[in-house]
Amino acid sequence: MTSTEAAFSAKAGPLFDLLEGFVVELRNAGLPVSLSENIDAAEAVQHIDIEDRVAFKYSLAATLVKNDAHWKTFETLFEVYFSLRGPEYALDGDAIEFDDDVDFDPGEQPQGEGGQGGGDGLSPEELAELLYQALRQGDEALTRAIARQAVKRYAGMEPGRPVGGTYYLYRTLRNLDLDSVLDRLMEQRRADADKPLSSLQERLEKDEYQDRIDKLRREIEAEIRRRLVADRGAEAMAKTLRKPLPEDVDFMHASREEMVMLRRAIYPLTRKLAVRLARKRRHKRRGALDFRNTVRHSLSYGGVPVEPKFRHPKPAKPEIFVVADISGSVAAFARFTLHLVYAISSQFSRVRSFVFIDGLDEVTSFFEGVDDITEAVHRVNTEADVVWVDGHSDYGHALEVFWDRYGNDVGPKTTVLILGDARNNYHASQAWITKEIQRKARKLFWLNPEPKAYWNTGDSIVGEYASHCDGVFEVRNLRQLERFVDNLV
Amino acid sequence: MTHRFDSIDAVREGLRSVDYLADDSIAGVAFLADRLEKPVLIEGPAGTGKTQLAKSIAEMSGARLIRLQCYEGLDEAKALYEWNYKKQLLRIQVESSDGDTEWTEIQDDIFSDEFLLPRPLLEAITADDPVVLLIDEVDRVELETEALLLEILSDYQVSIPELGTIEAKQIPLVFLTSNNTRELSEALKRRCLFLHLDYPTLEREKEIVLTKVPEISENLADQVARIVRSIRQLELKKHPSVSETLDWARTLVLLGIENIDESDAVDTVHLLLKYRSDIEKAIKDFTANSAAHFEASQAS
Repeated sequence: MTSTEAAFSAKAGPLFDLLEGFVVELRNAGLPVSLSENIDAAEAVQHIDIEDRVAFKYSLAATLVKNDAHWKTFETLFEVYFSLRGPEYALDGDAIEFDDDVDFDPGEQPQGEGGQGGGDGLSPEELAELLYQALRQGDEALTRAIARQAVKRYAGMEPGRPVGGTYYLYRTLRNLDLDSVLDRLMEQRRADADKPLSSLQERLEKDEYQDRIDKLRREIEAEIRRRLVADRGAEAMAKTLRKPLPEDVDFMHASREEMVMLRRAIYPLTRKLAVRLARKRRHKRRGALDFRNTVRHSLSYGGVPVEPKFRHPKPAKPEIFVVADISGSVAAFARFTLHLVYAISSQFSRVRSFVFIDGLDEVTSFFEGVDDITEAVHRVNTEADVVWVDGHSDYGHALEVFWDRYGNDVGPKTTVLILGDARNNYHASQAWITKEIQRKARKLFWLNPEPKAYWNTGDSIVGEYASHCDGVFEVRNLRQLERFVDNLV
Repeated sequence: MTHRFDSIDAVREGLRSVDYLADDSIAGVAFLADRLEKPVLIEGPAGTGKTQLAKSIAEMSGARLIRLQCYEGLDEAKALYEWNYKKQLLRIQVESSDGDTEWTEIQDDIFSDEFLLPRPLLEAITADDPVVLLIDEVDRVELETEALLLEILSDYQVSIPELGTIEAKQIPLVFLTSNNTRELSEALKRRCLFLHLDYPTLEREKEIVLTKVPEISENLADQVARIVRSIRQLELKKHPSVSETLDWARTLVLLGIENIDESDAVDTVHLLLKYRSDIEKAIKDFTANSAAHFEASQAS
């Protein structure tokens, strides 16, 4: 905390201390909150009714979070940090009574389900039935109550147990078995209809139920967090929640959710790459000096070359060769790589892509004119001929094949990107090929998804190749990839 | 300084009166923008009502909307101000025909207000009447050009070397929109309140449809919103925007369709989706389900 901020918080009351703590927590989570933004937030909350949680939340978000990708981190932290404030999150010790928390709106809930009276007394089957009914009718209050009850019952939370929220979430969801609940809902819906559902209706109903189930999931997550905060306190809880920001998520260990997010983030990046290349072209309007033209024009000034003339520059048409390792050791990265290749090829007209394990195959055509990336990836995984002997990475042989078959296509306009961890299973490196490629190509870059500390340990021989590359970069997350793109042009 | 808005609810009601349905975050941020006298940076996918928000705020508060459309290559002369050099030339000629005017006098003369052509940004801060300044698609200008905006965004003033600093007569409400095609600079973001506008929730979209297409029935609006939500879950090149939803709803009303069945959806889906591959994918999705279940029911 800087001295100015200290002064600021000292001047104001407890709210500002709280806000100060929250900002520190945001910074710990990696969000870039500047001093002026902190001051803005402090000023903003003065104009807002603090009891109005929603307004309070958005005023903090508007002043502190300037990137949509950081929203989820903010939201979770906000909830944890301010969860003990406001009536909605009142928590009476650890004892959450099933009835007390349900504030049914009698208007919305006329018939009333049988088991509301005492949640604790319900048998698991009754709870499941209640859940089914709640989801079927889209009763949010009841769903929330069930979420609480389910957590209480199934998560097995004990005070002081050093387990993260995900573990409890898993335990709760396993007991609720939401997949079969969804199936049951759909079957019931079909049975209720007087005529068979059209596929459109089917789809819409399913989405509706799925949406309700997602809400239930979120309620369960929130409930788990609420209980953890009560157990450990907001600061400690915030610490355990600290997850990497989207741009810091490691490609190799990305979860499915994170992968979707990453995929979405690649497109702006490749567009940026394309824009940068295009802009360079436009800005550098002048080519080399056109000597003949200059002399000819100098005649009108009595032979003095007053007006130098320049050639029109030839627009650079960047050509990119992407050579990607898709072996098991980099499987997660490879999946991401293929998306990257796809994104790049949609931005540049001249991209050729190759994949290898111990053999190598060109897959450019798989990505051409294909709008569905999953299909392209599937084709790459099934049709590309990348296994030569045993399906263990052999960079040496893969490079040999590349050089034999496609070496002649590498020219002075070509930028070659090799993506892989250079774990060669102790095969011959054939590093001379990278040397040759570098000599012929415009640039040769190597992107390595492994942490730098692991390079050249065990069977990693990235160092051997590195000496012939124009650059070897550790690219484990979006931030690093972005830095690479920034430096590329 | 009097404030434009009394409370968050007043903003929401005001926007509703001009047919813009604001959710909590929109109303809250607009309210804060007025109170804190800060510009608002609105970010989000295309067609979620970013530009419309600025227009609606202008409409509800009776302010004049000044719009600066950004594009690559935008410069000072088009964004801030320009000297009217033709008029300056004329002036010099008139003066010099007199014969005895000093050059310094002419120089002072030709660099005055009279010869200044205000462009949107300067116009916004020198206006006497209340204005809303909309800087549209700010992500299209180059990183370097963003710097042009910084002075006006933080201090509401414009420095002109020949004239000095021109300060705002009144603080305009400023909205910047971005489609997030590139990351904006920290300096710009720091000066703004941030508002992310995403596709509306099912309920809000339905309400929007009901408001903007008054002749539509509640039932149809509900179906429209549901189908659009389902389509947005597909992995598409471009998801249907709110304005496309509205176009679609209007078409359905015109066609006299009350219950959307599969064939209606297939026939009109090109109003929602603009890429052939997306359309094919959506149609496949509409119809694939039934085939699978048909087989399943046959088997059982």
